[in-house]
Amino acid sequence: MKWTCGVVALVLAVAAPAAAQMSLVGEWSPRYHEDQPDRIPGPELGDYTGLPINEGARLAADSWDASRLTLREHQCKVHNGPYILNGPIQFRLWEEKDLRTQQLLAYHMYLNTYEQERTIWMDGRPHPPEWAPHTWQGFSTGKWEGDILTVYTTHIKQEWIRRNGVPNSEKSTMVEHFIRHGGIMTHLEIWDDPVYLSEPLIRSEDFVLNERSGGNWLWPCEYVDEIVDRPHSAVPNYLPGQSPFEGDFAYRYGVPVEAAKGGAETTYPEYQAKLRTLPKPTKPVTK
Amino acid sequence: MTARHLVTVAVAVALGLAARVHTQAQTPAEISSLHVQGNVWLLVGAGGNVAVQTGDEGVLVVDTGLAQNADRLLAAIKKLSDKPIRWILNTHFHPDHTGGNETLSKSGNKTNGQPAEILSHENVLTRMSAPAAKRPTAAWPTDTYFPEEKDIFFNGEAVMLYHEPNAHTDGDSIVFFRRSDVVVAGDTFVTTSYPFIDQANGGSVQGELNALNRILDIAVPAHEQEGGTYVISGHGRICDEADVLEYRDMVTIVRDRIQDMVKRGLTLDQVKAAKPTLDYDRHYGSDTGFVTTAGFIEAVYKDLKNPQGKPRVR
Repeated sequence: MKWTCGVVALVLAVAAPAAAQMSLVGEWSPRYHEDQPDRIPGPELGDYTGLPINEGARLAADSWDASRLTLREHQCKVHNGPYILNGPIQFRLWEEKDLRTQQLLAYHMYLNTYEQERTIWMDGRPHPPEWAPHTWQGFSTGKWEGDILTVYTTHIKQEWIRRNGVPNSEKSTMVEHFIRHGGIMTHLEIWDDPVYLSEPLIRSEDFVLNERSGGNWLWPCEYVDEIVDRPHSAVPNYLPGQSPFEGDFAYRYGVPVEAAKGGAETTYPEYQAKLRTLPKPTKPVTK
Repeated sequence: MTARHLVTVAVAVALGLAARVHTQAQTPAEISSLHVQGNVWLLVGAGGNVAVQTGDEGVLVVDTGLAQNADRLLAAIKKLSDKPIRWILNTHFHPDHTGGNETLSKSGNKTNGQPAEILSHENVLTRMSAPAAKRPTAAWPTDTYFPEEKDIFFNGEAVMLYHEPNAHTDGDSIVFFRRSDVVVAGDTFVTTSYPFIDQANGGSVQGELNALNRILDIAVPAHEQEGGTYVISGHGRICDEADVLEYRDMVTIVRDRIQDMVKRGLTLDQVKAAKPTLDYDRHYGSDTGFVTTAGFIEAVYKDLKNPQGKPRVR
C-alpha cells in the first residue's frame, strides 16, 4: 500500500507542472466598457489625452495627414501587436504541445481583425538578433508566473499608439500579463518606446470567453490608386503649426490645450488638481 | 593653384574624410550570418552589411566590409559555401563597403582563372582610382556599367543592378535578386541613422528619395503588407516594404519642412533651431559620430537652397 501511494504521489508530482497551468485556450471577445471612444469609433485628431508621449510624438501626430493612408504602400497595413489587443478584435488562442512529452511549446493566437496570427514561444528560445526582420506582431516569448502568463515582445513594426497619427517606433517592446478569472480574462500591457514615450504606456482590457466561435474580419487587401493626379512620391503631411485641425479637439470638448496634448504628467491622478487651474481653450483660428 | 588642383584637393579631402570616419566604425568580435530568403544571406559585423548569394555556380558577394575585417569576412563566407567567389558587386565606393574587395577577389576566381570579377557603376571606379583615394589597384572594380541598369544571371536567378544617380553618392547601385526576392540597398537605405548624403561625392537628397522610391517600386509585400520582398539595409536590420516606407516618409517630410523654411528665407542656423527633425531624432538622430542630425539638416538645406544640377522628383 505504501509503495502504491508512493508511485501515485510521484506520478502526480511529475504531472503537476502541466496540470497547474491555467488554460487560456478558447475564443475570446473584448468588453469595451473601458476607453470605448478610443477603441471603437476611434479618437479625434489632436486627442492625445492619457498618453505619456514626448514632444517628438506630438509633432509627428500633428503632422499626420489621414490622406497618408491613401498611399499605395499604406493601404494594406494592419495594426501591430501592442495596438490591436486594445482595438476592435476577437481572438482564438490554442496550445502547441510536443506530442510525446506534452510539454508546452507555444501559444498561437488568431486575431480576427485583418487575419493576423501571433505566436508566443514557451520553449525558452532566445529572441532573434537585432538585425532580424520586424513583424506587426513582433517576436514573443512567455512564461508562467503563478497563474499569470507573462509575455515579452520585441521586433515590433512601426505603426501607431493611437489611431490618429501618434506613432510608435520599431524600437518598441511590450510586456503583457494574461490573467484569467473564470470566464473573464484581463489583459494588461506595458508598452515601452524610447523614441516616442517618456514613460511606458500601461493599459488593460477585459475579454470574455465565447462559447460560440467569433466573427472574422477577413482582409484580402489589394491596393488601388485612389488619387490620380498626386505625384507618385508625395507623402501627405502638415507642416509644423499648419494642421487645419489644430486645437479643434480641445475647443470642442472644453479640454485645456495643454491637457489635450498629453504627456506623462497628464496620466497621473495628481494632474486633476492642475487641470482645474488651466485656461479654457479658445476657438482655434481657421487655417 | 589651378582649378584642376582645387578639384584634386577637394576630392582628396572628401575621400580622406570618408575613409577616416568609415574605418573608425566599430568592429564586432564576430561576423554573424542570417539567412534572408532564397539563396541570399546577410553577414553582419564586417563594416557595412554584406549580402551573399550561394548556389551551384559559386558565390556572389554584395559589398565587402572594411579592409581590416576581410579575412574574417572570408571565413564567414566559407561557412556558407565551399564554392569559389565568382562575383563581387559594390553598391558604392565607401571603404566600409569595398574594403575587402582585394582579399575576396583574390580568394575567388572567374571560370577563366582570373580573380573574381568586381562589378559596380563606373563612378565607383572613378572614385576608387583617384590618386587621393589611395586604394590598391586590385581593389578597384574590374567591370563597370554606365546606363541606368545592368543585369547578370547567376546561380539560377537574374541579378539586377539599378543605378540611382546622385543619391547617397554618385555611384549607387541597388541590387535585386529576382528569384530570391531580396533587394540590397547599400547605404541608400539604413535603419541606424538619418541618410548620409555624401554631397562631396555626388550625393543629394532628391536622389536619395528617388532611390527609396525605387526600392518601394521593386518591393512587393506579402499578406498584410508584411514580408514578401526583403530589403537588406546598408547598416542595420533586414526590412520589408513597410519599413522602407516609414523611412521614405520620414525623409520626405523632413525635406518638405526644410523646403518650406528655405522658401520663407530662413538661414541654416534658423532651420536648425526650428528642429525640423524633432519627431525622428530619438530614433535616427545623433550629435556625434559619422552621420549627425545637424549634418543631415545641413545637407538637405544646401541641396534645396541650390537645386541646380540635382536630380528631379521622379
